[in-house]
Amino acid sequence: MSSHDEHHGASLRTYLVIFGSLLALTGLTVWVAFHDFGSFNTPLALVIAGVKGTLVVLYFMHVRYNSRLVWVFAAAGFLWLMILFGFTFSDYLTRDAAEATVQDVPAWPTR
Amino acid sequence: MSAQATSAAEPQRNYLNADYGIKSWLLTTDHKRIGLMYLLTMTLFFFLGGAFAVAIRLELATPHGDLVESETYNKLFTMHGVIMIFFFLIPSIPAVLGNFLLPLMLGARDLAFPRLNLLTWYLFTIGGVFTLYAVVSGGVDTGWTFYTPYSSTYANTHVIATALGVFITGFSSILTGLNFIVTTHKMRAPGLTWFRLPLFVWAHYATSLIQILGTPVLATAILLVGIERLFGVGIFDPKLGGDPVLFQHLFWFYSHPAVYIMILPSMGVISELISTFARKRVFGYSFIAMSSLAIAILGFFVWGHHMFVSGQSVYAGVVFSLLSMLVAVPSAVKVFNWTATLYKGSIQFSTPMIYALGFLGLFTIGGLTGLFLATLAVDVHVHDTYFVVAHFHYIMVGGALMAYLGGLHFWWPKITGRMYPEFLGKISAVIIFLGFNLTFFPQFLLGYLGMPRRYHVYPDEFQVLNVLSSAGASILGLGYLIPMAYLVWSLKYGKRAPSNPWRASGLEWTTPSPPATFNFDRTPVVTTEAYHYSEELGAPRTGTDVREVEIV
Ligand SMILES: [Cu+2]
Repeated sequence: MSSHDEHHGASLRTYLVIFGSLLALTGLTVWVAFHDFGSFNTPLALVIAGVKGTLVVLYFMHVRYNSRLVWVFAAAGFLWLMILFGFTFSDYLTRDAAEATVQDVPAWPTR
Repeated sequence: MSAQATSAAEPQRNYLNADYGIKSWLLTTDHKRIGLMYLLTMTLFFFLGGAFAVAIRLELATPHGDLVESETYNKLFTMHGVIMIFFFLIPSIPAVLGNFLLPLMLGARDLAFPRLNLLTWYLFTIGGVFTLYAVVSGGVDTGWTFYTPYSSTYANTHVIATALGVFITGFSSILTGLNFIVTTHKMRAPGLTWFRLPLFVWAHYATSLIQILGTPVLATAILLVGIERLFGVGIFDPKLGGDPVLFQHLFWFYSHPAVYIMILPSMGVISELISTFARKRVFGYSFIAMSSLAIAILGFFVWGHHMFVSGQSVYAGVVFSLLSMLVAVPSAVKVFNWTATLYKGSIQFSTPMIYALGFLGLFTIGGLTGLFLATLAVDVHVHDTYFVVAHFHYIMVGGALMAYLGGLHFWWPKITGRMYPEFLGKISAVIIFLGFNLTFFPQFLLGYLGMPRRYHVYPDEFQVLNVLSSAGASILGLGYLIPMAYLVWSLKYGKRAPSNPWRASGLEWTTPSPPATFNFDRTPVVTTEAYHYSEELGAPRTGTDVREVEIV
């Protein structure tokens, strides 16, 4: 396993650009919050937050300038979050359907 | 474990006699000393958790609640579970044997982050102190699972103190996992490629992945209970718009994989024991290595099997049931490969091997009854009965604890520089095996007959099986006290151990017993695979067949 001593981080300019974009995206979040997009309200907020988070991870946390191995581990964290959300929603999103099935069962015969 | 106990003039300078005094232990960054500190702390927790088990089994000897009240009984099984799971089983093998052995097996001088390693012991101990505070100040009665809404709304015991203890000790677990992963990636000796690693290392690598990916979710769940309890924020309470079942999702997302945090390291130990005492290379090395990773990953897709009757949707139940069946496959792969390793091996029934063979049988029973429970319809019948209790004790005690004791005996000469008395070792291993089965096999029958867990008053017809179980528990308890006594005795009076008493092939056996502070005088170069046993078919056991290590 060779250690790679390439540039560990970005220039001050890059940091300032990223900082600026994070501020701009925060402004966007505020703007979006004051307008009604119907069912897109939450997805929009989540997408903006996701972009901001990705920028922080890639630049401020230096993942972009690290080895593939670090990428894999960083990605694994998000993949596992998706497992948690995905399978939890496999319960919540099918609760009603399940209830319908239970009601379909004929009533217990009574004497 | 104190310095005095081992100070009787060791022949060479080693990690134990390198320095004396309390500070040289409390401020040490030596992975071997930290492993020993864990051993001492965890042994205390083990006997405390065991004391609660004694009280439980005493109470259950009669069908009436004549020893303790219902509230007290609830506290007894809660404290037993919390202490045994979070303060003994989860850290046991990684924190003691893993800490001690991982750098030795990798040919490294220490773990990648020695100070972080020391921090984990302090976090573990601080977490333990919070839990002990909860014990002495009146206990906690939620069950080790802390289910809401009882834990968040109704329980009036020390939920917060206990939960905080578990929360803090979780960080110890996360940081240990991080340390092991970085060490395995970055500090392998020259020539030690991934597929030359001992299976013990593979198992710990897989365990570490679970610790890092799962434990934060437990911390989240516990934190949310605390927030709801203290500030009335609606997360689990339906009155405040929450959902109690959400807690079960979060809790089991960690706590099912946590079972693999307990069992994967023990599988690593078993691979080492079986190959050494069958004097054969492990059959299907890469299958065992990969099945560890498969268990670590698949183990995250099955947590809903704890919630079949909790109001989880039927469709989620079906999916989780199927996936739970799937995770049995890699475990079975391991069991078959170990059995194949024994085939035509030149088997030696030393104490560690007796533990390993015990593990094989008990883990198989525990695993197969897990399949009963993963089956949706059967689970409706045996859910929350003693069948479940028996099942997970076969995995955790019959599996993880047997392997821990086997590994402790196997590496005891390396850790302490002393041999334990072999005859007593064999006797107590057999006593533990018999006592264990007498304790927990009747519980399968009790559960199948319908005795629910967590009750201390039960119908008269269940008494015979309960008395059998309590009798077995007393034998089991005796079985644990004997090794405790002779291992301590051996520190001063045991025969001095040679560097490789078992003529095993691991890199750790090329160091003196006990090893020097920095393990290796010079970095070893590895030129062969693990389990390099030359005498395959029962040739006479003479000479050494240590893995070749060139000194550069
Ligand atoms: Cu489970």
